[in-house]
Amino acid sequence: MTETTNSKNQPAVMNCILAGVGGQGTVLASKLIAQSAMNRGLFARTAETIGMAQRGGCVVSHVRIGRNPQDVPSPLLPPGSADLVLGFEPSEAVRCLPYRKPGGAVVVCSKAVQPVTASLSGKSYDAGAMIAHLQKTVERLVVLDGDALLAQCPSPKTLNVALLGAAVQALQAWQGPAAVLTLADVENTILQRLPQKYHEMNQSALRAGARLAIQANPLLAGEKE
Amino acid sequence: MAQPSQQLLMGNEAIALGAIRAGVGFVSGYPGTPSTEILETIAKHNTGDIYVEWSVNEKAALEAAAGAAYAGQRTMVTMKQVGLNVASDPLMSLAYIGVKGGMVIVSADDPGPISSQTEQDTRHFASFCKLPVFDPSSPEEAYEMIGDAFAYSERYATPVLFRPTTRVCHGCAAIAVDTQRQAHKPEGFVKDDKWVIFPRLSYENHKKIEARAPVLAHDFSSYPRNLLIPGQSCKKGVAAGGVSWAYLQEALKADAPDVKLLKVSIPYPFPEELALEFLQGLDEVLVAEELDPVIERELVYLCGKHHLPVTIRGKLTGDMPCAGENSAVTIRAALNRFLGLPAGQAPEQESAPALPVRPPVLCAGCPHRASFYAVKQAMKGKKAVFSGDIGCYTLGNAAPLNMVDTCLCMGAGVTIAQGLHRVEPDAVNFAFIGDSTFFHTGIPGVINAVYNETNIVLIVLDNSTTAMTGHQPHPGTGRTMMGNISEKISIRKVLEGIGVQDIHQVNPLHLTEAVQAVQQAAAHPGVSAVLFEAPCIAVSKPGPMAQVDAAKCTGCRKCIRELGCPALVLENGKAHIEPTLCYGCGLCQQVCPFGAIGGAQND
Repeated sequence: MTETTNSKNQPAVMNCILAGVGGQGTVLASKLIAQSAMNRGLFARTAETIGMAQRGGCVVSHVRIGRNPQDVPSPLLPPGSADLVLGFEPSEAVRCLPYRKPGGAVVVCSKAVQPVTASLSGKSYDAGAMIAHLQKTVERLVVLDGDALLAQCPSPKTLNVALLGAAVQALQAWQGPAAVLTLADVENTILQRLPQKYHEMNQSALRAGARLAIQANPLLAGEKE
Repeated sequence: MAQPSQQLLMGNEAIALGAIRAGVGFVSGYPGTPSTEILETIAKHNTGDIYVEWSVNEKAALEAAAGAAYAGQRTMVTMKQVGLNVASDPLMSLAYIGVKGGMVIVSADDPGPISSQTEQDTRHFASFCKLPVFDPSSPEEAYEMIGDAFAYSERYATPVLFRPTTRVCHGCAAIAVDTQRQAHKPEGFVKDDKWVIFPRLSYENHKKIEARAPVLAHDFSSYPRNLLIPGQSCKKGVAAGGVSWAYLQEALKADAPDVKLLKVSIPYPFPEELALEFLQGLDEVLVAEELDPVIERELVYLCGKHHLPVTIRGKLTGDMPCAGENSAVTIRAALNRFLGLPAGQAPEQESAPALPVRPPVLCAGCPHRASFYAVKQAMKGKKAVFSGDIGCYTLGNAAPLNMVDTCLCMGAGVTIAQGLHRVEPDAVNFAFIGDSTFFHTGIPGVINAVYNETNIVLIVLDNSTTAMTGHQPHPGTGRTMMGNISEKISIRKVLEGIGVQDIHQVNPLHLTEAVQAVQQAAAHPGVSAVLFEAPCIAVSKPGPMAQVDAAKCTGCRKCIRELGCPALVLENGKAHIEPTLCYGCGLCQQVCPFGAIGGAQND
C-alpha cells in the first residue's frame, strides 16, 4: 500500500518518567496519570518494567501524553524530553535525570532504598549527596521528606499515590492553567480505576502528598483547583 | 454496547481483546515474560464461550490448540520466544498438516534481552517452518493486526505466527475497543487422511507449501500494514519493522528529513513487490529492526536477484547495533549518520555522584532464600555443585548465597547435574527446580536419573505458584484458568511413582530440620529429593515483623553477610530491619548467634 503523508506532528503535551525500585508502585502511578489525561480527551502511551528487574531492581515507567497517537509515536521517551521526573527514591531520580528537558520538574522522595550489594559491602550510598546534586542542577525541585510521607500516608503501599499528589500539586503551581492534570482529575481516576475498598486510602494519600509538597515549598500553594 | 470506548490497554491486553473480537474459542499457553498477560486477559474477559488453559508446557499448549483447530475452532497459543523452542516439534510438523479453524501462535520476542535467556528472533522461526509472521509496531496496531492474523490463517488453512516484542507487549496505549465479537461455530472434526502425517503426504504438502510462499508474498504486498511512503526526490530510503518503526517516527519528527520509507509488518513471506517498488530509484537504504537482520537480508537478496545498484545498510554493515534493543536515540543517531546530518546534540549533564548498582534480588521473606541457605549450610566443606533452573530462584546465584552454578533452560538443571556427576562422581550434584518448572520439563529428567542410576539430589522449591511471571496456577495448585478446582497433582507422589526412594518434605523456614533433611538426602545412595514447601510471599499472609534488639546486637553483620535479605541493613553499626520490607519469615532470627532478632514466628 502506498500512502502520501508528510506528517507535521505536534509536540507531546506532556512526557513523564517515574523512577523507583521494584515493588514501589510506579506502574499504578503511571496508569493514573495516563487515564487522567485520557479522561480529558488526550492520547496516552506508557511503558513499564515488568519481569525479573521487578525483584528489587531499578524500575522506570514512561508516560507520554499527546493530542494524537502520532504526537508521541514511540513508547519510551527520548532523553531531554521529560516535563516531570517523579523519583520514588533519590538515586533513581538522579539516574533518570538525563530524561529531563531543560526547565523540567523533579519531585523526589528523600528516603533511600539501599541495594543489597551496598549492605553486603558495608558501603551504603549517600542519599544526601543525591539530593544535593538535584538541588544544584534542578530549579523546579520538590524534595519530600520520606519519613513525613510515611507518617501521613494511610499505608506504606500508598506512597506511590502520595508522590503523585505532590507532583500534580507542583505541576499545577508551575504550569498554571496549562497543567495537563489537576488533583481533582486524579481523584476521579482513582474512583474510576481502583476497587472501592482502596478509594479512601488512596484519596487521602494523594492529598497528603499535595500537602507535603506545599510544606516543602510554600510557593506551590498558589494554584487552587 | 457496540460503541468503541477508549481504554488504556497494555499491548498484551490489546492482543487478547483483539482475539476475542476475532472470535477465538480456544486459548492455551505457558507463562513467559513478555507474553503472560495475553492469556490472563482472555480468562478475565472470557465471554463464556472460550476455553482457556495454562498448559503444562508450550508443546502441550500448541498440540492441544492444533487439535481444537482441526475441529474447526479459532485458536490462539501464547508463549515467549524460548517457549517456541519447546513447541518447535509440533510446530514444524503442523506447518505441513495445516489447520481448519484459524490458528495464531503468539511468540513474544524480548530484545535486550530484558527477561530472557536468548535474543532469538521468531521471524527466523517463521521462515524456518515457512509460516507467515505478523510483527506489530505498537499496542494499537497489535489490536487490529491480531484479527488480520486470524483471517489469513483461515483463508490459507495454515497456522500463522504473531510476534510482538517486549515494548509492544508491555507498553500501554489508549485504544478504541470494539466489544462486538465475530460469531464462529466450529464444524467439528471430520475424519480424513490429511490429518495423519506420513512421508508421502509430507512430500506432497512440501510442494504445496513452496508453491504457496510466492502467492502469500504477493498477497502481503497489498496488505495495508505493509506500507510504502514515498519521499520527495530523495535517493535514500529507510526500512523498518516492529517497534523500530515507532522509534523511526520519533526520529523523523525531530529532524523531518526527506526519505522514502518502507514499513514491513509481515517479514515472512517477504512482500517482494512492495519492497521492489521501494528500492526503485534509491542509492542507499538503512534498515532499522531489532534482533536479527531479517528485513536487511531480504533487501540484499532482492538487490542481487534484480541487479539493483542499491547499498543496504544495517546490522550486517555495522551501521546498526547487532544486539540489544533499539531506542529513539539509537535510531536517530543511525539515521543522522546515514543522511549525513549533524549528530543530535546530547543534552549537557552535570556530572552526577556515583549511582548505586541495583541488581534484582530475591524478595525479603522469599522462602527460596531459606532453601538455598539450608543447602549451603548442609554442604559446608563438601564438594558439591548446584545446578539451577529458570524462575525467581535463578536469583539465588547472587552474593551472598552464590548457590546457582549452572542455569541453561527450562528443566535443564536436573539433567545437567547428571552429566556433571558422571565426570566427577565424588561430587554431590544438586538440581534445584521450581514447582511449575518441575511439571513443565523437569519430570523426564528425573526419570532419566532413576533409570540410568545417576545419583543426584533433587531440590524442589515448591512455593505453590509460578512466581516469576506473576503467580499463575499450575498442576500442583489445582486451580485452572476456567475457574475450576481440579485434583492437585502431588509432586511427592509423582517422584514416588517414578522410583525416587528417598524423599524429604520440609518447610525451608525451619532451618535446623531443613539442614538435616539435605544432609540425609545427600548421604543417600541413589536419586534423592528434598521438597522444600513454603508459599511465595505474594500468595501468603506476612508473619509478625522481625525486630532487632539493639542491646543484644553486636554488629557482627552475620545476618546481612549470609542472607542478603533486602530488609536487613546496617544502621549505626547495628543490624536494622526495614519495616516496610520485612515479611516476618523468621530466617534471620534463626541465623543470629546472639538471639538479638525477635518478633517473628516461623510457622
